[in-house]
Amino acid sequence: MTAISPDENVATDGRGVWSTGDRAVEATSHVLLAGWSIIVIVPFLWVVLSSFKTTKEILASPFSLPAHWTFDNYTKAWTDAGIRHFFLNTIIVVGAALVLVMLLGAMCAYVLARFAFPGARFIYYSMLAGLTFPIFLAIVPLFFILKNGGLLNTLPGLVMVYVAYALPFTVFFLHSFFKTLPHEVYEAALMDGAGDWRIFFQIMLPMARPGIAAVAIFNFLGLWNQFLLPVALNTDPSRYVLTQGMAEFASQAGYAVDFGALFAAVVITVVPVLIVYVIFQRRLEGSVSQGTFR
Amino acid sequence: MPSVDRLSFMAVFVGLPLAIYVVFVIYPFGQALYYSMTDWSGFTPTYNFTGLDNFTKLLHDDTFRRALRNNIELAIVVPFVTIVLALTIATLVTVGGPGRGNVRGIRGSGFYRVVSFFPYTVPAIVIGLIWAQVYDPSAGILNATLTKVGFGRFENFAWLGDQRTAMPASMFVIIWSFVGFYTVLFVAAIKGVPGEIYEAARMDGAGRFRTAISITLPLVRDTVQTAYIYLGITVLDAFVYMQALNPNGGPNNTTRTMSQDLFNTAFRKGQFGYATAMGVVLALVTLLFAAIVFTVNHVTGGAERRLRR
Repeated sequence: MTAISPDENVATDGRGVWSTGDRAVEATSHVLLAGWSIIVIVPFLWVVLSSFKTTKEILASPFSLPAHWTFDNYTKAWTDAGIRHFFLNTIIVVGAALVLVMLLGAMCAYVLARFAFPGARFIYYSMLAGLTFPIFLAIVPLFFILKNGGLLNTLPGLVMVYVAYALPFTVFFLHSFFKTLPHEVYEAALMDGAGDWRIFFQIMLPMARPGIAAVAIFNFLGLWNQFLLPVALNTDPSRYVLTQGMAEFASQAGYAVDFGALFAAVVITVVPVLIVYVIFQRRLEGSVSQGTFR
Repeated sequence: MPSVDRLSFMAVFVGLPLAIYVVFVIYPFGQALYYSMTDWSGFTPTYNFTGLDNFTKLLHDDTFRRALRNNIELAIVVPFVTIVLALTIATLVTVGGPGRGNVRGIRGSGFYRVVSFFPYTVPAIVIGLIWAQVYDPSAGILNATLTKVGFGRFENFAWLGDQRTAMPASMFVIIWSFVGFYTVLFVAAIKGVPGEIYEAARMDGAGRFRTAISITLPLVRDTVQTAYIYLGITVLDAFVYMQALNPNGGPNNTTRTMSQDLFNTAFRKGQFGYATAMGVVLALVTLLFAAIVFTVNHVTGGAERRLRR
């Protein structure tokens, strides 16, 4: 964004260009930004601290340090409260749904973007419409569709619903991505005798990798965070996903909440994604910009 | 005539995703429109077609009207505050640097961006749980901090239990969780503006504030529109947050949303027909919201838009 300017500033670049006004503005900005950062970070740090305290200590004083630093709360949350199972269920459901929706979404977006056939536009726009409808409108009939199909309260049923509701977003963004891929490659491959199937899987799909990675990241976060669909459609506690398990854990305890274990469970839920985020943050931010500048 | 290979290819590639989409998305939406005009309880095989009865009943349903009002409040306040905060942070980190020389961001901008983004990676339900604890009257960190710095009267103040503060406190949680995401979105949009434009504005003597209002804002307004609509859709739902903070609708229903009302009506009370009618209202309000945002953007920004195209 900052073009190298050919004027005298180049020579004095660095400290030299900072005037008193600049310093005042900079200081104010830092105060504002640091203030917001504190508001963001402090609740997390407090949760981490509390996760090492006993429930008694937590209720006694919010600031105090734990008398003994132990992982007791983590063991309790992981095994007794069943976070272990919720975690496993989530990985199965989100993993399966992510692979499926990326594959099906890419297939659909590819054909819609690169082949002209009657109804192509209609299909595309009906997908777009799906992006704007609130899931809440569909939730009741959806419940009965799954029930009648024997898919209610099953992980495969949940996977199918996840796929269906992530599909519009996936198709929408990959559609614009496939449109930008050069036509020459396709024609050259056709000339060499490759069929449509081979062209897609061996040429187009690998070429679309950056776009697919970007969409996959957002689908992962969206599905990992999904709450309404499992709460309405997956009510068997042994098949709970993490978000459901967390809600249940907090509410069922109600009067006798094991706060220590609750905080530990929060940390267990947050940290894996946080680590992935810190590692991939540049790519993720790149994806946000790709999402806006089609 | 396309080859068999091509036909089978297209049939599988479009047919398979489309089948899933139609069965799990289009079909239930269509059914919802019909069920909203019945008195179906969900457990009986038969039901009566009641026309618009459910909707007239909704008009007189105090709880639902209260929920609708809460959703409208959310849709007015949350997107606006979130976008103002996010735009401010984005402006500071991208063009907040020195007033002379190259246009550039403030030092340490990367750190601020990474930090403000990370609530977005935390599931909404977990955000709700964390803040429910932060707001806890006696064991929460908010009151402990306030008491420590001298506001003794907050010692046991129930932020989520008091009619005056339950809604603002809930709004703050939603804003908190989205500011970072939209900051990143706006940073990307601002970086898309050529640096020369900022430099030209500077040469003409425009100060920072002036630059932000008359250069940055008009040039990123399409992104702002997108952000407004996404945020609007999010808070017109708001189910997860409210369910975590105040599962029973808050004091005197001050934080109850249409989505919570719908969920209870359907899955607790078993009035599925009535609940889908609520869903229809929710969908209409969402469409109306999007239409208003589009119209406002179009009316106020028509000139700039034509200029750019």
